[in-house]
Amino acid sequence: MTRHSKSHRVAGALAWIAALAMFFPIAWMFAASFKTEVEAIATPPLFVFTPTLENYREVFARADYLGFALNSVVISLGATLAALALAIPAAFAMALYPTKRTRGTLLWMLSTKMLPPVGVLVPIYLIARETALLDTRTGLIIMFALSNLPIVVWMLFTFFKETPKDIIEASRIDGASVLQVITVVLLPLVTPGIASTALLSIILCWNEAFWSLNLSAHDAAPLTAFIASFSAPEGLFWAKLSAASTMAIAPILVLGWASQRQLVRGLTFGAVK
Amino acid sequence: MLPWPGPDTAADMQAKTAILAGLARRKGLGGRVATLPLVGPSVLLLLVFSLVPLAMTLWFSFERYNLLNPAIGGFAGLANYRFLLEDSSLYSALLVSVELVLAVLAITVGLGTVLAALFETRFSGRSIARVLMISPFFVMPTVSALIWKNLLMHPVNGLFAWICRSLGLPVIDFFGAIPLTAVVIIVAWQWLPFAFLILLTALQSLDEETLEAASIDGAGPLAVFFHIQIPHMGRAISVVVMMETIFLLSVFAEIYVTTSGGPGVATTNLAFLIYQRALLAFNVGGASAAGVIAIILANIMAAFLLRSVARRLDV
Repeated sequence: MTRHSKSHRVAGALAWIAALAMFFPIAWMFAASFKTEVEAIATPPLFVFTPTLENYREVFARADYLGFALNSVVISLGATLAALALAIPAAFAMALYPTKRTRGTLLWMLSTKMLPPVGVLVPIYLIARETALLDTRTGLIIMFALSNLPIVVWMLFTFFKETPKDIIEASRIDGASVLQVITVVLLPLVTPGIASTALLSIILCWNEAFWSLNLSAHDAAPLTAFIASFSAPEGLFWAKLSAASTMAIAPILVLGWASQRQLVRGLTFGAVK
Repeated sequence: MLPWPGPDTAADMQAKTAILAGLARRKGLGGRVATLPLVGPSVLLLLVFSLVPLAMTLWFSFERYNLLNPAIGGFAGLANYRFLLEDSSLYSALLVSVELVLAVLAITVGLGTVLAALFETRFSGRSIARVLMISPFFVMPTVSALIWKNLLMHPVNGLFAWICRSLGLPVIDFFGAIPLTAVVIIVAWQWLPFAFLILLTALQSLDEETLEAASIDGAGPLAVFFHIQIPHMGRAISVVVMMETIFLLSVFAEIYVTTSGGPGVATTNLAFLIYQRALLAFNVGGASAAGVIAIILANIMAAFLLRSVARRLDV
C-alpha cells in the first residue's frame, strides 16, 4: 500500500510539473500583456511588475481590432450554423434509417476531409476570385462550413446513434412527420450532443489559419490573420502582441475547457470515445 | 421515464402522447423515411466542394498557366511535373515535411503516452492540471508561433536566452541556427494536448478490475504501464498517428509567421512551397503539380486511417 501511494504521489507531482510547463507560454504571454513595451523585452525578464492596462487600451484604440474580432465571431458562428443546418438532417437519416449506401457515404465524407487544403489552394483561390468571394465573410463562411461538414456530420452521427430508437419508431407509427420527429422528439434528446458538436466546430473555425491567411486580406480577415500581421519585423511590439493574443484566444480557451470531454469523439470521428 | 428536458409545449404534449401510444402498440418499424432529401444536400455540396477543386488541380497541373502572364497558355503535358521533379526544392520540401511530421509525432505520441498514464493516477487537483495541460490546443496557430518566436525563443530578449545566459550556457539562436527544430517545438507544443487527450480517453476505458487484478498480483506501476496500459492504447495511438500525420503534412501558419520558409529553404515544407509557387510566383501550373503530389501523399495516409475507422463503424 505504501509503495503504491508513494508512486501515486510521484506521478501526481510529475503530472503537475508537465501541466505547468505546458501552460507556461500562455501564462507568460498573459503576464506580458500587462507590462509596458520596455518591461516586456527587459533582460533579465521581469517576474514582478506593476500591471498596466495600457496595451489593451491601445489594441482597442486601433479602430480595426473590433472589426477583426467581429469577423471571427461572424465567420465562426455563421459557418457552424450552416454546417449544422446541413448536417443535422443528414446525420439523423444515416443514424436512424441506415441504407446500403450509408456506410460508404460516411466513409466517403470522412475521406474528403483528408484532402490536404494546400492541394486545392490554387483552384479555391481562383474560384473565390472569379466569384468575388475573395476577402469576404461569405467566402470564408462557405469554406469553413464545407471543410468542417464531414466532422460535424460524423460527430452528430455518433450522438444520434445513441438515442433510443423506440421513441423515434413509436412517434413515426403515430403519424409524426420526419420534420416533427426531428424537431419535437429528437432535438430535445440530442441537444447536448449538438451543443458539443457546435462547440467543436466553433473552435476549429476560430483557430483556422490556412484559408483565413490565404483568402482574406483586410475586409474579412479574422483574428488569426490580424495576429499574423504582428510578424512584420517593424511592427514588433511584444506587450501589444500579447494583449491582442490574449483577447484573441481567451473566448476559445474557455469554450475548449468546457467541451474537452466531447472533443475526443469529434476529433477522432468516433474512433475513440 | 422519458428524458424530456425543458417545459412542455402543446406540441411536446402531443408528441409525448403519440410516443406513449406508439410504445403501447409496437408495430415494428416506424414506417419508411425518404432519406435522400435529408442526406442529399450535404453529399451534393461536399461532392462539388471536393471534386471540382480536385479536378481543377489535376487539370492545371497539365497546363501552362501563369497568372502574371496570360499570354502563355495551352496544354503542357508533363512539363510541370518534369520541371518539378528536376527541381531540388521539391525534394528539400518533401524532406522538411517528412522530418517535421516524424519529429512532432515522436514527441507528441511519446510524451502523450507517458502523460496519459500519469494523469490516469489519482492526485489532487487533477482536473485543473488536465485543463492546463490541454490548453495549448485551443491557441490559434498564429498566436502560438509568434509568442514562442518572440517572448520565449528570441536570441536577445527571449526568456530562453536569459535562462541560458544565467546558467552560463551558450545562447541558442533558435530561428537562425536550428530553424526546423524551432518549428518542430512550436508545432509539438500545439499537438501534444491532442495526443494526450485522446490517449487519456482511451486509458480511461480500461476496466478497473484488470488494474486491480494486476496490482493484487504485485505488478508495479511500470509493469502496469508497459504490459497493460500501452497495449490497451494501441488502437488510439494508431488513430493519433494517422490524424496528426494528415494535419501535420499541411502545417502552414506556423511557418508563415515565423520563418517564411527560411533561412534559405530550411523550413519550406510542401505546403509552404505550393503557397510560394501559387500565390507569390503565380505559377498555377507548377503549384498544381506540387498540389497533386501533396494529395497523393495525404491519400496514402488517409487510406490507412479510413480502414481503421471503417472497422469500428457499425451501420
